[in-house]
Amino acid sequence: MQKALTIDPGKCTGCKQCEMACSYVNEGEFNVSKSRIRVFDFHEEARFVPYTCTQCDEAWCQQACPVNAITTNEMGVKVVHDNLCVGCKVCTIACPFGTVNYNASTGKVIKCDLCGGDPACAAACPTDAITFQDVEQGGFDKMRQWAARTTAGTEPSGPNAPA
Amino acid sequence: MYHVILGAGPAGVTAAETIRKHAPDAEITLIGGEGEPPYSRMAIPYLLEGKIGEDGTHLRQEDGHYETLGIAYRHGPVISVDTGARSVTCADGSTLGFDTLLIATGATPIRPPIEGLDSPGVHTCWTLEDARRITEHAQKGEPVVLVGAGFIGCIILESLAKMGVDLTVVERGDRMVPRMLDETAGNMLRHWCEGQDVRVITEAEVDAIRSGDRAALAVHLKDGQTLPAALVVIATGVRSNIGFLDGSGIETGAGVKVDPYHETNVPGIYAAGDVAEGINLSTGHNDMLAIQPVAVEHAYIAALNMCGIATEHRGSLNMNVLDTLGLISSSFGTWEGVEGGDRAVLTDEAAGRYIRLEFEGDRLIGAQTVGLTDHVGMLRGLIQTGLPLGAWKNKLIDSPTRIAEAYVAVMQQGPVSGYTGPKVALPA
Repeated sequence: MQKALTIDPGKCTGCKQCEMACSYVNEGEFNVSKSRIRVFDFHEEARFVPYTCTQCDEAWCQQACPVNAITTNEMGVKVVHDNLCVGCKVCTIACPFGTVNYNASTGKVIKCDLCGGDPACAAACPTDAITFQDVEQGGFDKMRQWAARTTAGTEPSGPNAPA
Repeated sequence: MYHVILGAGPAGVTAAETIRKHAPDAEITLIGGEGEPPYSRMAIPYLLEGKIGEDGTHLRQEDGHYETLGIAYRHGPVISVDTGARSVTCADGSTLGFDTLLIATGATPIRPPIEGLDSPGVHTCWTLEDARRITEHAQKGEPVVLVGAGFIGCIILESLAKMGVDLTVVERGDRMVPRMLDETAGNMLRHWCEGQDVRVITEAEVDAIRSGDRAALAVHLKDGQTLPAALVVIATGVRSNIGFLDGSGIETGAGVKVDPYHETNVPGIYAAGDVAEGINLSTGHNDMLAIQPVAVEHAYIAALNMCGIATEHRGSLNMNVLDTLGLISSSFGTWEGVEGGDRAVLTDEAAGRYIRLEFEGDRLIGAQTVGLTDHVGMLRGLIQTGLPLGAWKNKLIDSPTRIAEAYVAVMQQGPVSGYTGPKVALPA
């Protein structure tokens, strides 16, 4: 069974421990600008929203990569292969969710890969705003439906989803 | 069904794989125009600067990828299409019949009418073969003249500069990348390049390339200047490879004409990628959008239709991202704006930062950025969904850096229960 990150912004207190944990585990430093997950702070509404890659079924980033440097692993996770990534950044503009970022210090792109199956953000979250759950329990289908719903109401979810 | 695909670039390869996914028993032949494994032209600049080897340019990395998928890959190029007999003829005289055909033959560099363009040491930068020749000539410290500072020219600029040559860029327009960035952003790129010892000459045209005394070649500009060059690289635009369709009855303009299903006027014959005039999402009209993500979108839609899965294309968004010696710029959609629309601008040239957002009503329709890399894809998301920004429009006009916040806030509107991730309108 596939697992996915489930995010409940209502439980987020904005402590940003997820960002610190992500940066430390993936970059070896506490530099939240290199975190794959971001917490957006809507202070006018006193609301915090953690935000990261949802591992699209048929991913825009993967389709846009000219050198096959983004592949899908057995868990359905879209993974960047640093040895193949040339740093062209096309995936960063192709991902309409904005969850692939360029890392100038390595010349490669970075995105959430669920830390290989044990996401540090979920482990670090003290309020269960970010949990790592079986997809059926995580409302994954609901998420897909949401992704499919659009202003026009008819478009499929993903660059490659047939009508 | 027998599917034949002309062209082994991103569009051709994506189409072949998509057909295989939806039609396990179909016969598929992919015909390449060059004697190379299917590769990515986009990777060539990185090959030049030594970031990857030739293997790294290949579109698919696994050994036996095409054989495993039952995709026959053969060398062409195809020189003619017989729509009556439903067959294609290759340069070696062999013919192949087809049930459905995909034209994904891409584009070729334009060779401007310049005296001496055929001299040794003058190259386009388009194929792996071009890359091999440029690598031979682009020796450290040698004078190199790059003709054209459009999008492709600017990507080549970066690799030539990294190869350590003494570089001069000659551009006909009034700024760098005039079709991707406005004057402010284009000039930021120029000043950045000049700060890194790349000479940039705009509003200049090459008159002739002759043998020189200070270097092997001398590039003569129309204004009388002469530039020494050990190597001249031509990047003055591309045109669709449609010449082989002359007399076939397949309708062409600047590229192959297609309907929203990417089918040409001849039933069962489709076109995708740089060769096709697909729908531009921003205008609703058919247009040439010669970029990798669009090629892949076209190919996917054409392939589904070739398999009998009727799929209409809503249109592709024009977008580009460029790294010019470390200064990163991007543009999306109708970046030049529309009459009566509103605009948000942030300019900080000293910090190498520029954001220009264009609105129509309270929707984002275009954007360009310099120095922005975080969450830059959200600009695509906002433009492509056309979601109303509501109060966020004015917040963006006040502070354009709040793009990511605006995106997350707008995407969160609507019914919320359980998962609260982004909702995005995606093209078919």
